[in-house]
Amino acid sequence: MRIRYGMLGLALMAATPAFAEETPKRGGMFTYMIPADAPPSLDAHRETTYATLHATAPFYSVLIRIDPSNPSSPTDYVCDLCTAMPTPTDDGKTWTFKIRDGVKWHDGSTLTAADVTKSWQELIHPSAGVLSARLPYYAMIDSVEMTDASTVVFKLKFATSAFLPALADPFAYIYKKEILERDPHWYEKNVMGSGPFRFKDMQIGQSISGERNAQYYHPGLPYLDSFTGIFTPKQAVEIDAIRADRASMEFRGMPPSARDQLVKELGDKIVVQTGDWNCVNMITPNHGKKPFDDPRVRRALALAIDQWRGAPALAKIANVRTVGGIVFPGSPVAATKEELQKIAGYWPDIEKSRAEARRLLKEAGAEGLSFELLNRNVDQPYKYIATWVIDEWSKIGLKVTQKVVPTGPFFDGLRNTTFDVTVDFNCQGLINPAMDVGKLLPHAVYSENYGNYEDQKDIDLYQAMLHETDPAKQRAAMREYETYVLDTQAHAIMMPWWERIVPMRAYVKGWKIGPSHYVNQDLATVWLDK
Amino acid sequence: MSATLIDDPPLPQRSYWKIFARFCQQQPLGTFGLMLVIVMAVVGFSAELIAPYNPTANDFAAMTEPPSWQHLLGTDQFGRDLMSRIIYGARTALIVGLTSAIVGGFSGLILGVGSAYFGGKIDLIVQRLSDIVMAFPLIIMALAVVAIFGPGVQNVILAITIPLIPRCSRVVRSSALTVREMPYVDAARACGFGATRIILRHMVPNVMAPFLIMVTSFVGQAILAEASLSYLGLGVQEPVPAWGLMLQGGAEEYASTAPWIAIFPGLAIMLAVLGINLFGDAMRDALDPKLRER
Repeated sequence: MRIRYGMLGLALMAATPAFAEETPKRGGMFTYMIPADAPPSLDAHRETTYATLHATAPFYSVLIRIDPSNPSSPTDYVCDLCTAMPTPTDDGKTWTFKIRDGVKWHDGSTLTAADVTKSWQELIHPSAGVLSARLPYYAMIDSVEMTDASTVVFKLKFATSAFLPALADPFAYIYKKEILERDPHWYEKNVMGSGPFRFKDMQIGQSISGERNAQYYHPGLPYLDSFTGIFTPKQAVEIDAIRADRASMEFRGMPPSARDQLVKELGDKIVVQTGDWNCVNMITPNHGKKPFDDPRVRRALALAIDQWRGAPALAKIANVRTVGGIVFPGSPVAATKEELQKIAGYWPDIEKSRAEARRLLKEAGAEGLSFELLNRNVDQPYKYIATWVIDEWSKIGLKVTQKVVPTGPFFDGLRNTTFDVTVDFNCQGLINPAMDVGKLLPHAVYSENYGNYEDQKDIDLYQAMLHETDPAKQRAAMREYETYVLDTQAHAIMMPWWERIVPMRAYVKGWKIGPSHYVNQDLATVWLDK
Repeated sequence: MSATLIDDPPLPQRSYWKIFARFCQQQPLGTFGLMLVIVMAVVGFSAELIAPYNPTANDFAAMTEPPSWQHLLGTDQFGRDLMSRIIYGARTALIVGLTSAIVGGFSGLILGVGSAYFGGKIDLIVQRLSDIVMAFPLIIMALAVVAIFGPGVQNVILAITIPLIPRCSRVVRSSALTVREMPYVDAARACGFGATRIILRHMVPNVMAPFLIMVTSFVGQAILAEASLSYLGLGVQEPVPAWGLMLQGGAEEYASTAPWIAIFPGLAIMLAVLGINLFGDAMRDALDPKLRER
């Protein structure tokens, strides 16, 4: 064990940025894996899966994005198609973007503000029969207008810090206006963008490939001649492919055991990048079922769990790491450890916490409660989380069995609220705390909430936080909202936030891990040191 | 003649102990199998007394520890003692194996003998239905049943029991067809006995030899099927200790870094099925008059 982690330490050290220090080499073909069967479609506006994004992001441009040289930052936005990040006017309600000159589509025509405007109009107000998957995220946008051939103006309904993260959505590809007007479904099966790589070929269920776009507007990029993404849904195949150098990496993330195995076998030929992931599992009791309608019982469930001791242990076997509240731990509006420790489920003294849990259960007449925990048939980290919390609950006398079902029946169970208590999740792309925490709103307001409750105070606290533009005041409002949903009402119990672990061949350079597997996937800065 | 009969010495009464001793002497492999089964049964049903640790208690200070004096078979990724989980897993295997085999076997027995006795359309319908069920391999049928009813111990038992019924019924029926033509069955019918009495009192006891052999083999098949379903994530669920489930958690992710997590549950499955199969084979030999004479 010591040897293994010693080697891992070396590998992690080797993973520290080669970004600025080394001179990139040009050329070469980069082969990576996409851990999926195939993308449901090629249109990122309608899809929510990395299977689409990892396959198509290298072909497209976006308006703004998280800085590819600093993707871990939740606030470092830079222009992609715009010329400079604007300062808002009209009390933060008007944002004016200047579009680069001379950007060419892969068909040779010129990209203009009209294309950007049309793409965003389709995202916000999709044509009939067209799906825009992240529509609620753009709720603050009132209109998008082109004022001249190189200017796009976004007008907001209200000023909010949630706007820029929504705008930097990596799925918000800029499509060609003419194509969208001709056939809004064209991009579901075809590729034509302005990104660093031109589409070359796609074999359904096997691979997708692209070649260097010599007319790319970011000078000197991309470094690679070409790339091939191979669809590999089986983790064992991925490990074998990296081991045999048939592929260099996959971008989504692997469990600790896979990392340990590759590091043990490949030594300094492999490096591992890790970081917090904007994904978290949570435990959601069904408020519509007794005794989970009683906040004392829900609080007891939270108080039984030793987050501070559990998270570092689970990190050794599952892709989870950081104890956090409802906000991504790296965000400026996230709770500090001291703030968390005041909330039920995060108390530093676990014995005191469990004594309180027992007292609450007794008071609620729910001592020795038996129930079933619904879970999804996904190992990492769902099943690990469930095995851990079931043991934690047994320490206050609860008898919990687990019902693991495939993804389809799992979602049926969530939507029909037939469960007692479920393992739930909140996975988001860009760090956008004000929008991400909407998961804790009642189902009537946020369709992906499965707690089966109505709570006007919950909504009011959220709206106050969302509309607050002063960072300090918004942070305070977020604390009030968080304390209410996790402690006062215990609507859900947060589990440790996920950890993203990306083992990669050491010769792959120029790519940095971010808190989302959706971010920084256009491969423009990737180069091969061989 | 009658004097001769009276003067004949009484047949020696063989005690069960002597029968067992003779079985052990003539079937050493079967005896070894029986010992394995007995050990498994004793271990499984007295798990609370034998297991050194709580099989579901996580111990983060002892995660993936190799075998040692503290943990004779090592620990899994949650720090749970593997020996304790294997001991408790024997109970799960026995409960699923025995229940499926006994329920499936007895259902098949009644169905097979009844089908043979009544014959005609009843026999035709029962046998064609059996053909349909038997067209699917056991594990495929079990997978289908679990997919419909969901995972869990009861559903796994149901899933394994259903495909066992026609298999037993088919073998028992072939023996029962011969028994049906025996004069004592005709005599019972001539005496006016009802079908139920004839089947239960006169036919079933005479097909017990193949039936017992089938049931014994079913236990092994059921244990394997349970392990397979659990391995596929469709059987019993964490944190219940079950051998197949232990293989699922350990074999895939820790095969190279902590191989004991996969090896010991795999060995447990292998020994249990080997023991049951050896015992079943020996029992078949012991109950077969032709083989017994040799």
